Amino acid sequence: MNTDLYKYTLRLADNSLILGHRLSEYISCGPFLEEDLALTNTGLDLLGQAEALLKYAAEQNGTVDEDYLAFGREEYEYANFHLVEYPNEDYGYLITRQFLMDVFNVVNYTLLKDSKDAMIASIAAKSLKEVTYHLRRSSEWMIRLGDGTQESHDKIQECVNHLWMYTDEMFDLDEVHERLQKEGIASDLSVIKKQWHAKVDEVFEIATIIKPELPKYSLVYGKDGGHTDFMGYLLAEMQFLKNRFPKEVW
Amino acid sequence: MAHELENEDPIKLAEFQAKIDAEIKIEPKDWMPEAYRQNLIRQISQHAHSEVIGMQPEGNWVSRAPSLRSKKILMAKIQDEAGHGLYLYCAAETLGVSRDQYIQWLHEGKAKYASVFNYPSPTWADMGAIGWLVDGAAIVNQVSLQRTSYGPYARAMVRICMEESFHQRQGYEIMARLMEGSEAQRKMAQDALDRWWWPSLMMFGPHDSDSAHSSQSMKWKIKRESNDDLRQQFIDKTIPQAELIGLKVPDENAKWNAETNHYETSDIDWDEFWNVIKGNGPCNRHRLAHHIKAHKDGEWVRAAAQAFAMKQNNKLKIA
Ligand SMILES: [Fe+2]
Ligand SMILES: [Fe+2]
Repeated sequence: MNTDLYKYTLRLADNSLILGHRLSEYISCGPFLEEDLALTNTGLDLLGQAEALLKYAAEQNGTVDEDYLAFGREEYEYANFHLVEYPNEDYGYLITRQFLMDVFNVVNYTLLKDSKDAMIASIAAKSLKEVTYHLRRSSEWMIRLGDGTQESHDKIQECVNHLWMYTDEMFDLDEVHERLQKEGIASDLSVIKKQWHAKVDEVFEIATIIKPELPKYSLVYGKDGGHTDFMGYLLAEMQFLKNRFPKEVW
Repeated sequence: MAHELENEDPIKLAEFQAKIDAEIKIEPKDWMPEAYRQNLIRQISQHAHSEVIGMQPEGNWVSRAPSLRSKKILMAKIQDEAGHGLYLYCAAETLGVSRDQYIQWLHEGKAKYASVFNYPSPTWADMGAIGWLVDGAAIVNQVSLQRTSYGPYARAMVRICMEESFHQRQGYEIMARLMEGSEAQRKMAQDALDRWWWPSLMMFGPHDSDSAHSSQSMKWKIKRESNDDLRQQFIDKTIPQAELIGLKVPDENAKWNAETNHYETSDIDWDEFWNVIKGNGPCNRHRLAHHIKAHKDGEWVRAAAQAFAMKQNNKLKIA
């Protein structure tokens, strides 16, 4: 097994899995019915991407299946960004989290559709259509809320300020990524960083949102198995039946 | 009754009834007796609210679904219900009342939703039982309503029925899988059937003799079949499905009657039925409180969207 590729596949998969899970928690809590529906749609797309990627990871692993990877791992084995495990504090946090991640996904999958790894390339190509639509929606919301009422402007600025520190992780280059980048499998993080900032700047300007300073972040990144306090509760819920009935099939 | 038929123009009333008798659909712009409109306002909005409140007991398990596949299916199912709510609010709005008003009436306790959603869903098997029984009962009712006399309502029912059979199948599949599983899983499935059997029979409403709106609704073809007939259809369809996978409905008196070609069952506990309708079910307060909270929490978002749309409009006017 190519352990670099396995780790990288899980990083991609877990971002979609955990963000999709967060959106599933929000069902019936949306500000109005159409938005509830649209968010569930986004969640479903993300879980579909997670499923495809986890299947690929399971294939590489050879001893487990995608459901084991989704529901059976230890917390330190999940490799998602801290950003996506941030809870649904309210709609403002939810849509800001979504926007920051949507920009990353669009930029990342645009590059990954030309990955030298055929499976990653094909999943990226299919996912790109979905995340492009997600980004269109979340950008529109950032603009609406940023340039809506004074209350919504202040609120969304606060959400951006508070979530900003989690964005650093997106561009952190480690050895795993560096080796895969050289092989043409992983996307070039320096390109991602440039394009991500360009898109975020563009939307923030229309939305009259001010880009915060990036503080120094001092937790072990999610992609290296470190997690925030939020992750334990998320997993306790998501893994509940697997933990309670390890052998059963559903 | 607030809207007496005697106050209506008798000629218009006769023409109206003639249309109904000839199976011509009534459309929003057509003349209709006020009592007909009020009856539909009550029924369609109650139906819409039921779809939306019904998202809660299933939403309760979506974050604990045991596999990727079941999580996705459950999400898609709940999403459909949100869509049904939308179709129905649109149909209800053609009667001259806004969605905001309908939601306000719900929050004030002036509008109802299906009582069945006032029961809790303590295990994963409840996701099976709800899809199989609650959606199963809803289908029987909704298939009948495809022929209802009000055009927008009938058309909404046609769209909804296309999706409902998937809901019923996914629920039954959850139950069937549990019944093929461990003893704990089989017990989970039987317990859920025990919990949901009677509430789903209650979904069809009181006996026709005790139903406040039945006879006029039948004459106007808002309702096409009686509560008891629809309930019997559901019972006849469901008991064999239970037996097929090794489940038993919680009714000692349930047995096949070869003469009538129907199942016989015990009578429903009507005290329980009226008690839950009056608001004393296990989850009445919580379901409504959840809806009110989500609506209130979303106020700043809706206000921002509205303010932004107005700004855009003004820009267009200036340009
Ligand atoms: Fe429905
Ligand atoms: Fe349904």
